[in-house]
Amino acid sequence: MQKETAGDAPSAPTTRVRHRKRNSDVGAGAGKPNGSHLLVNDSKKYKSFLIRAYSTVWMIGGFALIVYLGHLYITAMVVVIQIFMARELFNLLRKTHEDKQLPGFRLLNWHFFFTAMLFVYGRILSQRLVNTVTPDKFLYRLVTSLIKYHMAICYSLYISGFVWFILTLKKKMYKYQFSQYAWTHMILIVVFTQSSFTVANIFEGIFWFLLPASLIVINDIFAYICGFFFGRTPLIKLSPKKTWEGFIGASITTVISAFLLANIMGRFLWLTCPREDLSTGWLHCDPGPLFKQETHVLPGWISNWFPWKEITILPVQWHALCLGLFASIIAPFGGFFASGFKRAFKIKDFGDSIPGHGGITDRMDCQMVMAVFAYIYHQSFVVPEFLSVDKLLDQIITSLTLEEQQALFMKLGQMLQEKVIGS
Amino acid sequence: MRILSYFLLCFAFSHTTIFVFFFSFFALSANLSSFSSLFLPISASKSHFPIDVILLIFFAKNKTLRAMEEENVTSSPSTPVHRLRHRRRSNEVVMDGDRVNASPLLVNDRNKYKSFMVRTYSTLWMIGGFVLIVYMGHLYITAMVVVIQIFMAKELFNLLRKAPEDKCLPWIKQLNWHFFFTAMLFVYGRILSQRLANTMTADQFFYRLVTGLIKYHMAICYLLYIIGFMWFILTLKKKMYKYQFGQYAWTHMILIVVFTQSSFTVANIFEGIFWFLLPASLIIINDIFAYIFGFFFGRTPLIKLSPKKTWEGFIGASVTTIISAFVLANILGRYPWLTCPRQDLSTGWLQCDADPLFKPEPFALPAWIPEWFPWKEMTVLPVQWHALCLGLFASIIAPFGGFFASGFKRAFKIKDFGDSIPGHGGITDRMDCQMVMAVFAYIYLQSFIVSQSVSVDKILDQILTNLTFEEQQALFVKLGQMLKDKLS
Repeated sequence: MQKETAGDAPSAPTTRVRHRKRNSDVGAGAGKPNGSHLLVNDSKKYKSFLIRAYSTVWMIGGFALIVYLGHLYITAMVVVIQIFMARELFNLLRKTHEDKQLPGFRLLNWHFFFTAMLFVYGRILSQRLVNTVTPDKFLYRLVTSLIKYHMAICYSLYISGFVWFILTLKKKMYKYQFSQYAWTHMILIVVFTQSSFTVANIFEGIFWFLLPASLIVINDIFAYICGFFFGRTPLIKLSPKKTWEGFIGASITTVISAFLLANIMGRFLWLTCPREDLSTGWLHCDPGPLFKQETHVLPGWISNWFPWKEITILPVQWHALCLGLFASIIAPFGGFFASGFKRAFKIKDFGDSIPGHGGITDRMDCQMVMAVFAYIYHQSFVVPEFLSVDKLLDQIITSLTLEEQQALFMKLGQMLQEKVIGS
Repeated sequence: MRILSYFLLCFAFSHTTIFVFFFSFFALSANLSSFSSLFLPISASKSHFPIDVILLIFFAKNKTLRAMEEENVTSSPSTPVHRLRHRRRSNEVVMDGDRVNASPLLVNDRNKYKSFMVRTYSTLWMIGGFVLIVYMGHLYITAMVVVIQIFMAKELFNLLRKAPEDKCLPWIKQLNWHFFFTAMLFVYGRILSQRLANTMTADQFFYRLVTGLIKYHMAICYLLYIIGFMWFILTLKKKMYKYQFGQYAWTHMILIVVFTQSSFTVANIFEGIFWFLLPASLIIINDIFAYIFGFFFGRTPLIKLSPKKTWEGFIGASVTTIISAFVLANILGRYPWLTCPRQDLSTGWLQCDADPLFKPEPFALPAWIPEWFPWKEMTVLPVQWHALCLGLFASIIAPFGGFFASGFKRAFKIKDFGDSIPGHGGITDRMDCQMVMAVFAYIYLQSFIVSQSVSVDKILDQILTNLTFEEQQALFVKLGQMLKDKLS
């Protein structure tokens, strides 16, 4: 996990840098498959690794607890992570000297952050918010009108931020202010695209959030292990510690574990059911044909020496293979992008929130690419497969009011009529 | 008669620019000579008509162009380029015009007759071409918007590029165009998908191809983007990292700015040309009248970013824009060609039921209007009230787009965004306020005028892209039965 944070030539003798130098030694030394290096270095670094192991255990433990608590808490965790990530990134390219002369500028960043959060989460959670407040008449009307004018509200907030920005332009600071403005937009786009897609995935079923995240973690860990034991040929100039052997070994392991993990996770209703509203209670649902077990008879040439004659496969495992393939081959490019970015702007780490690991963005760089892919894959290939006339009718009945249903009916009739006339 | 009376009203404000605008628009649909004899007090007889009209147009263009070049004026032009000389001379004209003095106008007019010929010529071509394209229809306007945005993107891509670094990076231009193509596919695919599907008939091969493309549209665009992303990372060169990341961020910002506003413009066009023509005209009118009012009454400077703009010009232009929004909406709202939405990608004539927004309603003037006012009640199209909001935004908030562009040019020490249009600068110089207006017009349209909710759209999309024709018909029948049961 820490190969990405290794720099070229650490100069300041801080504890973290000393750790990384020693780890680089380990990485370089492990080029020769020599078991003694590992044990020798291990006893020296036992104390220094304790910190990293401690924070990793806390991260995984907290993560498991939140998954157990449910969709809303996972969403809250995602929101908190993204606030910290945005703060790290906002502070990254800031110059304190110029900032002293621009008093309201930091506030402007958080104004745009709040607008983006309102826009993005409003779009994704609007339907579920409506479903939550249906019993209460007053809140229902308030929420539906907010949703109707949601885009207008967010636009007026954005325009007020835009006008504020122009009115605070100061002579001789134009270039700095415009660069900060562009930087703010880029950060917000990067952070909110992936977090909004993550939240959308969560409400489709925790499975679609947990599986991609686990695959990235597994890919990282096994890339380190395989590189540690077999690493010889360097992979890319951007990250000199990564090796082809580590890459290929991790790919194979990730794909296999995607297949197995999907089987294990797919058996729990808590993970596979979508959540239709913002409640936090237990979920009951019909999981859908994706999670129903099918038995496959193994072909003859395997069953001779393999003890099982047939295996039960959930159809979702085939989708998990695609996710695993992406996680092993394309998601590491997110890490390369982050490494290149840090080199370009001569930064060691994005921040130092997590002891031993660097900032939150350091941990989330590959996750971001994976979250976007998981969402798009889910929307393009998983959802349409199982849409049928009955399911759509169900959706129409549950999510539309009577007037909306009638409007839909009329529009559909018009379009079908035009098609019939045209053909 | 109504139309002519409205014209006289506008004519009372200014005899130059509105005349020019409507002249070109109505020349297509009215007899040229009869119109001119009504509106040209200068030319006594019809035989002198062409020369006087041309002189009038040139005079009008001078003011138009000087108003349009307010945004391009910078502090101290150094190189004696032909264009800069124009701008310096017009600086002096504007400063002289602060004193309410009519003679500098005529004096300078004769001197600059030749040099303004170029600007007038290009403005004439721009407005003429624009009117022709509006006449030809939705698809051609969309094509014009696409062409404008390609040129704008090219200008902006080249703006912050440094030649020596570019020589070491052979593929950087292709990468930019790759992202451009991906953004175009994504944005226009989303907006035009429904209309594209309606253009194809049910049983052809193309129908299945198109619906398949629409279904996997997001996945295709994402794939293209990821390919560009990986291409970018694989071409990162040592010691060029900062430049490459800067170019990557710059490319994203350009594409977002250009495609947001052009996609919203195209969406507006297909809701009805009225919703594209009205905001665009309001911005032009605001520019022109800001110049005119600043010319005659300008005294207090408005903002440090653009030293030539004045509070008098700003307020005068706001009032004029709002009034002309009200009037223009009435005129433009009478033509079905402008008000009907287009449901597919055909180019023929449009017939549709007039939206209740465009049906005239009588409006009794309130009692405080003085007795000598000849009309006691007017016919008002309900859309005119919406046009008032559009006019308010165009006069107060849209100029901030111009301030943003001026500040940007000062920050990066550029004179103009490009030089495509002779005498005006680049296309981005002309489009900076239009971009802010287009986004507002779309959001206003979707929030306050189009009454369909988001969920109906989404489900309709799902029905039309994921079900076959027979399944859609089955759903339709079942839904009809269900609604009948509920109502009975």
